Amino acid sequence: MAEPTTATLPATSRRPRLHVMGALGLLLVALLIFWLAVNLEKTPAQFFHAFLIGFTNGAVYALVALGYTLVYGILELINFAHGDVFMLGGMISMTMISEVFKLHAGQSALVVWGGVAATFAIATIGCGLINVTVERIAYRPLRGAPRLVPLITAIAASFILQNIALATKGANFVSLNTGPSGAADFLPQGSVFTLGGVHYTWPQFIVVLITAPVLVALVYLVQRTRQGKAMRATAQDREAAAMMGIDVNRTISFTFLIAGSLAGAAGLIYALYFTSVVFYQGFQLGLIAFTCAVLGGIGNLPGAVLGGLLIGLIQAFNNTLSWHAPGSDWTQSIVFAILILILVFRPEGLLGERTPEGG
Amino acid sequence: MRLPRPTASPLWALLGLFGLKEARWRSLHPMARRVVIAAVVGLVVLAVLGPIFGLDTSALLTYAVFLVLYIPSWERFGRVGRFILPGAILALVVTYPYYNTKLFTIPILGAFPDVHTAVVMLIYVMMAVGLNVVVGYAGLLDLGYVAFYAIGAYTAAALASTQFAGQLPNGNPKRFFSFGSIGVDKAIGGIHISVWLLLIIAGILTSLIGMLIGLPTLRLRGDYLAIVTLGFGEILPQVARNGDNFFNTGINITNGPQGITSMDAIGFGHWLHQNVGLPENYLSAPNSDRLFFWTAIVLVLFTIFCSLRLRDSKLGRAWIAIREDETAAAAMGVPLMRTKTLAYAIGAFFGGVAGAYFAEFTTGANPDSFSFNFSVFVLVMVILGGIGNVWGVLVGAAFLAYLDQAGLADTGAWINQHLHLTIDVPKYEFGIYGVILLLVMLFRPNGLVPEARRKLEFEQGVEDEPLYDLAIE
Repeated sequence: MAEPTTATLPATSRRPRLHVMGALGLLLVALLIFWLAVNLEKTPAQFFHAFLIGFTNGAVYALVALGYTLVYGILELINFAHGDVFMLGGMISMTMISEVFKLHAGQSALVVWGGVAATFAIATIGCGLINVTVERIAYRPLRGAPRLVPLITAIAASFILQNIALATKGANFVSLNTGPSGAADFLPQGSVFTLGGVHYTWPQFIVVLITAPVLVALVYLVQRTRQGKAMRATAQDREAAAMMGIDVNRTISFTFLIAGSLAGAAGLIYALYFTSVVFYQGFQLGLIAFTCAVLGGIGNLPGAVLGGLLIGLIQAFNNTLSWHAPGSDWTQSIVFAILILILVFRPEGLLGERTPEGG
Repeated sequence: MRLPRPTASPLWALLGLFGLKEARWRSLHPMARRVVIAAVVGLVVLAVLGPIFGLDTSALLTYAVFLVLYIPSWERFGRVGRFILPGAILALVVTYPYYNTKLFTIPILGAFPDVHTAVVMLIYVMMAVGLNVVVGYAGLLDLGYVAFYAIGAYTAAALASTQFAGQLPNGNPKRFFSFGSIGVDKAIGGIHISVWLLLIIAGILTSLIGMLIGLPTLRLRGDYLAIVTLGFGEILPQVARNGDNFFNTGINITNGPQGITSMDAIGFGHWLHQNVGLPENYLSAPNSDRLFFWTAIVLVLFTIFCSLRLRDSKLGRAWIAIREDETAAAAMGVPLMRTKTLAYAIGAFFGGVAGAYFAEFTTGANPDSFSFNFSVFVLVMVILGGIGNVWGVLVGAAFLAYLDQAGLADTGAWINQHLHLTIDVPKYEFGIYGVILLLVMLFRPNGLVPEARRKLEFEQGVEDEPLYDLAIE
């Protein structure tokens, strides 16, 4: 593709600076590992507690990050509205659980799981369709436009989705009843196992229980099916794919459908685990998830999962650990600092390939 | 860039039914065209809006002023001709505080803004014109412009208040430094630098920080740069909010969630008041808002002047070259990094000055006024008005600032009253901006008042980098 490449300075003046920057980056990582090791040594129980929280949050981030990465991989577009699709997924789940299926504590396991499964289906399909609609209205008509134009309409779409939630669900947090574990009360509470005083709770396990099959299904879809092949081909070279008889428009729509479904699944998990959603939450979480996607290497599916887990862990460690942790006041700043550092030092991310544009 | 023009063609098709052809209209003398447009506007106002909303004589007067300014080709009147129109508009704006209460009520939107609102509008205009340098001229999407605004506001607030007074064991302030400040008592302590000087200091400091942010990030591709700026825009308010105790070290720079309050007053001091007649102290003056209004006009004029001169300078042409095609610009010898960094620094400068002046106007800086939404708000001003065109940005910014300050609430009240609804319209402010952004981008991507150069490109077409180039639809 003929893209304007960022003009590079002559190699001679460029090389030494990159080395310095690379060394700085390595130093940062080394400091991080040292900090973690000291904390592990001082308070091992706290460390593992934080690890489990981070792992669970990371699973949610990973699902949302996958949506960013899928869309970016195929369109090279940062879909700002994705976080808000996730938020709408949470809202749909809330409505289904508390108003349609009326799940509450003390119901039989069959009713609860049936309700959750039905909510899952509705939330994923609903969010998939919302995402397809956003693409159809806000991105497709602007295919010939300069690169920044769809980025601006993405922000517009994000605000519109937020306000749809604001109009339908109000400005306050929409909540479920919580059980002793802090998750929705109709879920099994208790611990799956306890290790050295650290409880791995059922809700935490349920998050992984839902995320893992979704990821397996996604990998199967992308790697093994015809539609997945079309997606990969379109992501690699749109024109060539079109020449090979792939309906590119349909493939793009399908990608948005899958990305939206992942956001819907994440929304359901978020609703079950954190039990409260508010209309402006999606944008923030979307930015964090985007950071995860960039950290792992945008356009790279395993990278998004890795990035999600890493960011989840970093956030949890920062909020929970006691030895020289900046604390939860600084969580956002740390995530965005990581985003900026990654973009400056290693724009291709941890697992991505270096492209000529440096991005 | 081929984009649909769905609004113009149906209109001409409709007028065509009555024998009016677009070609015939275009062949008319410009003045004749303006007479017809003015007559149509007058007819609509007098025959339709007048009876419904009960417009009074001030509406007629406004219409008369509009006719005088709009119809004749003033720029053709000799050597002074090109100054007549801007001069007349400037005179109208400057005298605004004297007649704003006597004006009619705009249908639906409500009354003309009061002077206090007008000051906020002018500050927003200044920010939008500043952001236009970055987004419009150089084509760098900046989603964290509010960061510069915040830096400006906090710089001014911290250096002209009791923020750094400290405390001695006996309860007295530890340090006191004053330079050109007015009406400050030594007993209160703190740093007090002249607020005029602070406008410049804040601007320079902000542009330095803009350069610092820009240097490592500007080599990134456009959309990545947008994300990085957004990241800075998210980090800085958090720094402001947590800055009363950095990592439990006890260092207090921003005074945390309360923000910095009770800034020094702006004014010219006693000597200038006595000898030149300039106001001594804005806050204690009886016509405080008017003084802030006129000062804001001076700042906006300065911003517009710089902006226009920069656009026509070598640097401005380099910016536009980069915006249009970075590779070609680099091949032609435009130093990319330096040019982009300068755009960033200059945009940041105006953001910083606007922030400092806003802090002076509200006598403090508060971390809650700097959110991502605000960055987008300023971006909508630039896009609605016409990216790259200072005059368009001016109109877009003034209009949106008015909506934000008063118009939206009035419109909501009007809708609720006439349709018997109870919608809280201002609650959906950003949803409305989202719709505006989307519609402008889809149907009028160059804004309401497109830049002449962009308009040409738009009509003649340029080879532009496609997002994805498929002819199949």
